[in-house]
Amino acid sequence: MKRYWSIGMAIFAAAWLIAGWAGEAACDSGAPSPSVNPRANFWRAVREGEAGTTTSASEGHKVLIQNGGQNWRQIRNGPIAGIAPWLLAVVVFAIGVFFVIVGKDRLEEPRSGVTIPRFSLFERILHWSTAALFILLALTGLSMLFGRAVLIPLIGLGAFAAYLQTGLLVHNFSGPLFLAGVLLEAIAWAKDNIPKRMDLVWFKNLGGIIGKGRRPHAERVNGGEKAWFWFMLTAGLVSGCTGLILDFPIFGQSRQTMQIAHIIHAAMGILFLAASFGHIYIGTIGAEGTFEGMWQGKVDKVWAKQHNDLWYEQKAKELHLETN
Amino acid sequence: MARMKFLCDTERCIECNGCVTACNNEHNVPWGVNRRHVVTLGDGRRGEKSVSVACMHCTDAPCAAVCPVDCFYTTDDGIVLHDKDLCIGCGYCFYACPFGAPQYPEQEAFGVRGKMDKCTFCAGGPLPDNSKEEFLKYGRNRIAEGKLPLCAEMCATKALLAGDGTILSEIYRKRVMKRGGRPDPLGWQTAYPAGK
Repeated sequence: MKRYWSIGMAIFAAAWLIAGWAGEAACDSGAPSPSVNPRANFWRAVREGEAGTTTSASEGHKVLIQNGGQNWRQIRNGPIAGIAPWLLAVVVFAIGVFFVIVGKDRLEEPRSGVTIPRFSLFERILHWSTAALFILLALTGLSMLFGRAVLIPLIGLGAFAAYLQTGLLVHNFSGPLFLAGVLLEAIAWAKDNIPKRMDLVWFKNLGGIIGKGRRPHAERVNGGEKAWFWFMLTAGLVSGCTGLILDFPIFGQSRQTMQIAHIIHAAMGILFLAASFGHIYIGTIGAEGTFEGMWQGKVDKVWAKQHNDLWYEQKAKELHLETN
Repeated sequence: MARMKFLCDTERCIECNGCVTACNNEHNVPWGVNRRHVVTLGDGRRGEKSVSVACMHCTDAPCAAVCPVDCFYTTDDGIVLHDKDLCIGCGYCFYACPFGAPQYPEQEAFGVRGKMDKCTFCAGGPLPDNSKEEFLKYGRNRIAEGKLPLCAEMCATKALLAGDGTILSEIYRKRVMKRGGRPDPLGWQTAYPAGK
């Protein structure tokens, strides 16, 4: 009887020990155990960016080693800084080749001398102030990304730092104004830019610019202009909103949020700039008579008939012009 | 030439924040700026460990790789310093640094960042050694006086070591040899038998 009792006690004790061990291992991985070095566990947690406790109130100080910075640096210094110059160069080159081969989209008839109002004074001020902000943002933004490689060898460390100090300030102040400009443009022009079936035909005929195909129909805004409008709005909103996150680090946004925002901001900014080359080309030397529409606010009726025939007919009716 | 390094012994750091206080006091660091801070993992739980961390003076420093104005430089002792006359306060080094070393003391309206400030390994900056301008911009230059960083000098448990990497690793190696690879210096099993 006594023997059974002691065997029972031994089994109970063993079970109790094992249960205690297992329970301890489950609830506290930092506890010393024969198989895992507690110090290895600590550094593993550090490497995984686990947040701890600190008396410092600075952003990110709870994490001993943050891993996001490595990713951010490699994306910025790698693909973004590596691809961007090529993308911009290829777009400029492609536009140059297009200009040499296809040439200027000239007016097909001699100028009539009769003009039609195209953009109001408000629209033109809005366009050119937004455009001026865009150019400032592009130049200062490119300087942030490439100035170290391009401008420091030319003008030296001190002069470049002095320029970029101002450049950063200009970038930070122009950004929110540019976003406001984009939003106002969206309000002013969204109703003209709603996609319609005729825009598909416009793209199929390549706007009548390439080849001898018929000029496709278009209202106030043709298919190509609509494409630019919606791209401009998307790129403006994306780069503008990510810019606000970076511009005002006072809303408690984390370091990681700012890293992600910066990558999106830089990538979108480069795409925006590359696409804007096309807009600038077609608006200046690419298509005869287009620039005066946004500069003087009126276009020759020949231009209107060629590029925006349905809008021309409507305007001609309003203005009691002779349509031939 | 010495290759300067910090080493924090996790088996010794007791999270007293003496290093932080020493640093703040020595360099007149403004309120809210933390050139050095102590992080504790598993705080209050058995096996908690603390590390005092500041700029680790990386050999191939990420902050220097992303700085748009190229304001970082490495001294002959392997200390990473920066020129506040060039810094534009863009914050890129703050995104890139693994240790959260870059700080921005002069925050202006809307959170516009001023010149970046960080641990200098008590080596000042590019201005003349121990000049008034250097002290105001970068803090004390103890290295020029032949002294080591004050945080490590004042560490009560000698957890935080600063100096030539070869000497530090020799000290640390001896410690590990003496206490073993898996130290439990408190002797938990002795103080709390059977884990209860």
